[in-house]
Amino acid sequence: MSSTSQTLISAADLGAARAARFARRKRVNRIALGLSLLAMVFGVFWLVWILWETLRLGLGGLSLALFTEMTPPPNEAGGLSNAIFGSLSMVALATFVGTPIGILAGIYLSEYDTHGPLAQVTRFVNDILLSAPSIVIGLFVYTVMVTRFKSFSGYAGGLALALIVVPVVIRTTENMLLLVPAGLREAAYALGTPKWKVISFITLRAARAGVITGVLLAVARIAGETAPLLFTALNNQFWNADLSKPMASLPVTIFKFAMSPYENWQKLAWAGVFLITMAVLALNILARVLTRVKK
Amino acid sequence: MLTTTLAPPSRLNTAAMPTAPKITVRNLNFYYGKFHALKGINLDIPENKVTAFIGPSGCGKSTLLRTFNRMFELYPEQRAEGEIMLDGENLLTSKQDVALLRAKVGMVFQKPTPFPMSIYDNIAFGVKLFDSLSAPEMDERVEWALRKAALWTEVRDKLHQSGASLSGGQQQRLCIARGIAIKPEVLLLDEPCSALDPISTAKVEELIAELKADYTVVIVTHNMQQAARCSDYTAYMYLGDLMEFGETEQLFVKPKRSETEDYITGRFG
Repeated sequence: MSSTSQTLISAADLGAARAARFARRKRVNRIALGLSLLAMVFGVFWLVWILWETLRLGLGGLSLALFTEMTPPPNEAGGLSNAIFGSLSMVALATFVGTPIGILAGIYLSEYDTHGPLAQVTRFVNDILLSAPSIVIGLFVYTVMVTRFKSFSGYAGGLALALIVVPVVIRTTENMLLLVPAGLREAAYALGTPKWKVISFITLRAARAGVITGVLLAVARIAGETAPLLFTALNNQFWNADLSKPMASLPVTIFKFAMSPYENWQKLAWAGVFLITMAVLALNILARVLTRVKK
Repeated sequence: MLTTTLAPPSRLNTAAMPTAPKITVRNLNFYYGKFHALKGINLDIPENKVTAFIGPSGCGKSTLLRTFNRMFELYPEQRAEGEIMLDGENLLTSKQDVALLRAKVGMVFQKPTPFPMSIYDNIAFGVKLFDSLSAPEMDERVEWALRKAALWTEVRDKLHQSGASLSGGQQQRLCIARGIAIKPEVLLLDEPCSALDPISTAKVEELIAELKADYTVVIVTHNMQQAARCSDYTAYMYLGDLMEFGETEQLFVKPKRSETEDYITGRFG
C-alpha cells in the first residue's frame, strides 16, 4: 500500500528531498527577480534620461524673463509669458467646464443607473472618448466651433481640452464611488436620508480624495496636450487675455520653437518643456499625497 | 388574542407575551429574484423587549430584519409579500414616505459605518433630517445620544475629530448613538458585535439591556450565548422558516422542537 511505503521514508531522506526542492525554488526565484529587475531598470532608464535632458537643457533657459516677456521673433531675447498665460487660462477653462460634467455623469453611472441600457451606452461611448486620439478631438472642435465662428479662439482650445477632461473624470468618479462600501450607503438610507443627501454628503465625501485625484490627473494630461490646440486656439505671438481670440499655449509654442532653426527659440522650447514637466510632476505628486492621506 | 389568525396553528409562533406586540408579521414571504428566502413567516415582536433572531448562515434572519425598515427596497430584485404591521399599519404597503418609517425604525449594521465627518456631525446629520433644532438644542441632543450609547465620556473632548478615528467598538457605539439620536421606537441590530472584541461586545450588550426600557430591540446574532445573555425572546430560523419562537429562557432550556435543540446544543450548525 502506498500509505505504508510513505511512512517508510526515513526522516533524513525526506529532509534531503525537501532541501533539494527548496534549493531549486530559490534558484527560480533569483532568476525571476533578476529578470524583473532588468525590466524595471530598462523602464526607469529612459524616464531618468528624459528628466535629465529636460533639466539639463531646460534649466539653462530658466530666467525671470521667461515669465515676464512675450515670445520673441527669431534671434531676439524674450520669454514665454503669453504661452504660460494661455496654457493656464485654457487648462483652467477646460477644468471648470469638464469637472462638473464628469463628476455628475460619474454619479449617474454609479448611483442612479448602474446596469440600465443608457448607462451601458454612456460607459461605452465614454470609453471611446477616453481612448480617442486627441487630434481627432481637435479636428472635431475645429469643424463645429472654429469654422462656425470663423476664428480660432481660446474658447475653442478650452473646449477641446474639456472634451479630454470629461471622460477621465467620469471614469475615475464612477470607479471611486463604486469603491465606497455598500454598508455606508445602507447606513445612510437606514436613517431615512434622501438619496441626493446620501450621495452629496456621504458617498461623494467618502470618495472625495479619489475624485480629486482623478481631476488632478486629467489636468496633468491636458497640460501637455498639443494636438487639440493646433486647430482650435492656434497660437499667438503677442500677449492676449481675450479668450475669443487665438491664444498661445506652452505645448504649441514648444512644437513651433523646437522645430525652428533658431537657437533662442530652441532654448525657449526646452524651458517650456521643463515648466510643463515640473507642473505635471507636481500634480502627480499631489494626487499621490491625497490618496495616501485617505489610505 | 393572536391565535385566531388565518395561519395554520403549527406555523403560529406566538408565545405568551405580557406586553402587546410592537411589530406583527403575518404570512411574510421574501424573494431574492427567484430565490424564496422567507417562507410564510408569522411572528409577534413584543414592545420594549429584546428579541433575538438566531440560526445558521443563510437562514434568513438578516433578511427578515431588513424587511422591518424596508431596507431591501434599495435593491430592485428583492421583494417582500405579506403583512408587517407596525402601529396598526402594514408597512409594506403603506403610502407613507419610507424616510418616516426609517425614522421610527432605526438600524445598526454588522460593520461599524461611521460617516466621513466628525463625531458630532455623525449624530447631528440624522437629527437634522427630521428636526430643526437650535445650536444649543442640537448640542444637548448629541450629548444625550452619546450618553445613551455609553460613549460620551470617551469622546466628549474630541467631538470634532473624524468618526473614523475611533476604535471599532467605539465606532459601533457611535452608530448606535446615531440611530437613537433621531428617537426611533424600534432599533434593529444586525449582528452588531460580530466585528468587535470581547470588551467592546460586553459594552454593547450592556447597552442593549439598557435600551429596551425605551425601545423595542430586535437583534440578529450568530452567537447563541449572546442571544441567551441579552434577549427576552428568541426566534430560531432555518432555511427561510421560523422554526420556533418563544421566551429566551424557555427556548434555550426546554426547546419545543428537536431541530431547535440540535442547533442550540451545537449538534448542528
